[in-house]
Amino acid sequence: MKITIWGCRGSIPSPGPETTFYGGNTSCVSLETAESFIVLDAGSGIRRLGMELANRPRIDIFLTHLHLDHIQGLGFFAPLYDLDAEIHIWGCASLTESLRSRLTRYLSPPIFPVRIRDFKSKLLIHEIGREGFMLNDLQVVSDYVSHPSPTLGLRFCAENKIFTYIPDHDPVLGLPNSLADPHWISGFGLAKDADLLIHDAQYTREEYEEHLGWGHCSIEDALKFAELAKVKKLLLFHHDPNRSDEEINALHKKHINQNDSQMEISFAKEGESYIL
Amino acid sequence: MNNHPLEIILARHFADNLSLAAFITNEEGDLIFYNESAEEILGKRYEETGPMPLLSWASIFKPTDKEGNHLEPENLPLVRTLEYRKPAHDSFWIENLKGEKYFLSVSSFPIIGRNETFLGAMAIFWKEEFE
Repeated sequence: MKITIWGCRGSIPSPGPETTFYGGNTSCVSLETAESFIVLDAGSGIRRLGMELANRPRIDIFLTHLHLDHIQGLGFFAPLYDLDAEIHIWGCASLTESLRSRLTRYLSPPIFPVRIRDFKSKLLIHEIGREGFMLNDLQVVSDYVSHPSPTLGLRFCAENKIFTYIPDHDPVLGLPNSLADPHWISGFGLAKDADLLIHDAQYTREEYEEHLGWGHCSIEDALKFAELAKVKKLLLFHHDPNRSDEEINALHKKHINQNDSQMEISFAKEGESYIL
Repeated sequence: MNNHPLEIILARHFADNLSLAAFITNEEGDLIFYNESAEEILGKRYEETGPMPLLSWASIFKPTDKEGNHLEPENLPLVRTLEYRKPAHDSFWIENLKGEKYFLSVSSFPIIGRNETFLGAMAIFWKEEFE
């Protein structure tokens, strides 16, 4: 499994001289195996990824949820305009409105000039919820996690390795001491024993207290969550748009120094790849 | 180890923050949580009783109707909710684990998640004056 970060910023793209090191694009991660090419979320980072994907016969895009920072790059994903491409989009089911219809709210005028029906690729849309299934050589598990509006976390297993992606997640729901009994922690089963976990870490503990109910996680709680789940490597993700490279470096230094567990931790950075 | 479904976790967080007594079961009817207000009425902390199968919790509190007749589990509102997956309500006597008798009103509702998946049930209950 090869995992590459194309965007790791939360909420809104934040390009600028102060974010060049970790990057300013919003959520987009690729996962490549012998038989599959998966794109996780379609934040602004997907545009650059799309330019490198010519001649892929099939691409599967998983949308964890439909907040704008996770779908805003979709209309700029070049393979969607390629007549020979087959694109599968997977996202949350709804009782009241199809995924296609919900995506159309963004991908239609006046918000966006191109409609879904104008994409030239063969486009197939799949609605998923709490389930497990095989996709080529990947075992996929999806489950709802706590975040405002329906949101999925995803777990992928292949070649005896586990990769979990939970980019937007508040596992403590305003109660930082609630990370105790795994049965009662949202997303725990997805993250359990993962070789690599990409997890929301938008806030510091102090910032979290000021943003209760926004659906994101503090760095401290992300570390505790991952340790409880016995994750081998944790990649802190969904950086606050106002966080500069300098500030992330300082947080990295602080948490590396305090880390007395076996778990490897780092802050996600655009362009970095990980091989499992 | 898997976590409970998100809807059940959120129900517990909700119950944790209520002053109204609340009781949560999973889809099989096993008791998986009751809150502090329920502990006061039921006479024992949840940490002491732990999870309980349906047949245990439906009989351990010795439910009886207004005339003092024993209530079978299938006549309790929460058991009806688990069976029919619909809200239910009733009032009856219980004897708590300290031997104290209370006349309770109980309202229960199914926890049906996204994709209409039945995941469990929640009951809220309160003491009533018996007239």
